[in-house]
Amino acid sequence: MLANEVLEGKIRSIARAISWIENDHEGKEELIDALYPHCGKAIVWGVTGPPGSGKSSLVDHLIYRLREAGKKVAVIAVDPSSPFSGGAILGDRVRMQRHATDEGVFIRSMASRGHLGGVAGGTADAIKVLDAAGFDVILIETIGVGQTEIEVIELADLVLLVLVPGMGDEIQALKAGVMEIGDIFVINKSDRDEADKLKAEVEYVLGFKAMDEHSAKNPVLMTSAKLNVGIDELLDAVETYLQTILHNGRLEEKRRQRVALEIKHILAGKIENELQQFIQNDERMDEWIQNVFNHKRSPYALINENFKKFLEEYKKP
Amino acid sequence: MKRKIRILIAKPGLDGHDRGAKYIARALKDAGYEVIYTGIRQSPEAIAQSAIQEDVDFVGLSLLSGAHNELFPEVVQRLRRQGADNIIVFGGGVIPEEDIPQLEKQGVEAIFTPGTPIKDVIQFITTNEIRLTH
Repeated sequence: MLANEVLEGKIRSIARAISWIENDHEGKEELIDALYPHCGKAIVWGVTGPPGSGKSSLVDHLIYRLREAGKKVAVIAVDPSSPFSGGAILGDRVRMQRHATDEGVFIRSMASRGHLGGVAGGTADAIKVLDAAGFDVILIETIGVGQTEIEVIELADLVLLVLVPGMGDEIQALKAGVMEIGDIFVINKSDRDEADKLKAEVEYVLGFKAMDEHSAKNPVLMTSAKLNVGIDELLDAVETYLQTILHNGRLEEKRRQRVALEIKHILAGKIENELQQFIQNDERMDEWIQNVFNHKRSPYALINENFKKFLEEYKKP
Repeated sequence: MKRKIRILIAKPGLDGHDRGAKYIARALKDAGYEVIYTGIRQSPEAIAQSAIQEDVDFVGLSLLSGAHNELFPEVVQRLRRQGADNIIVFGGGVIPEEDIPQLEKQGVEAIFTPGTPIKDVIQFITTNEIRLTH
């Protein structure tokens, strides 16, 4: 059975299990149910940031150092699907291929397949597969994000927000979006001019946040993935941060919130699916459409009038 | 169930001419496939491992250095050795006509030489999709 092979750590089976999730295979739910008792051991890091900020190269260095420390590492690298063809070019691996033959590293590219939020719809379940398979650290590399793709916060224990110099005033625009989800801020390409200036700006923005929050201070680190600079300091900062949120209860709280969100997502999704079918089969629909189309009725009045009856009919066995 | 075809495009060997590989990757994306690109100078072992981790249906190999007779079949063998014989391997690049039958015999199911219209590659994929089991 696939679940048992995943638990044994068989690479092909882990890969197949993630495909089941991506393809919404009929055996998916049973698979996750079988794996779930074995989940909860891995630490999940989100790595997010604008396109071209060097996320993949940074992840490559993180894998290297984590392997040195004896950790088994899995990576989920998400790239966007074309809204036109549905196809995708998943190229994050290119930067990480030196780990391709390391049995302690598993790298999987996922296309977003129309899911908004910067990750693929199946990411949460893919994390469970990798967790159950025994990986110690799971790195989630999001698509290159703008201001609102912040779903990684719902999946990760901590989020590294990777920024690069040369974005000018964009840091201002980011304030209200992705800037709010970073636990650790990484100024990558620190060899470039203006890296110091960006660091100062980020710290300035974070200064406001610190004023009205009592939570852990967000570290700001400088790295150059190209020159392999600052990676050790970054890992130290992550470790310290993890220890802090572990001891002050923040990690547990985050994980509890994540479970709450997930349960609600699954339940709402199932209700939505079922209701959709019920609505599709409602023979009054044509008449309603006609009446609203002819401006005989207004949409709200019509729905409010029928809503109660609709729910009662739905509840009938 | 929403099944998507996944294709790994890889460049074994030492040449760095990746225009062809990138062209194919892009065209396959536009045809609606999910293409995983590994970049240049990949060992057969790295290609086979990547294909397995990515659970792809096809592997497309591109090579212009002349080492195709060794490297293409080695990818096939490594996949088979790990039980991933369901993955369909094809190749492209500067490959002499006379090498093609031998490559096909060794499990490289199609060879596309320079100038092949992209629709031939897509045709190859669609005719073989039917063999995919999961």
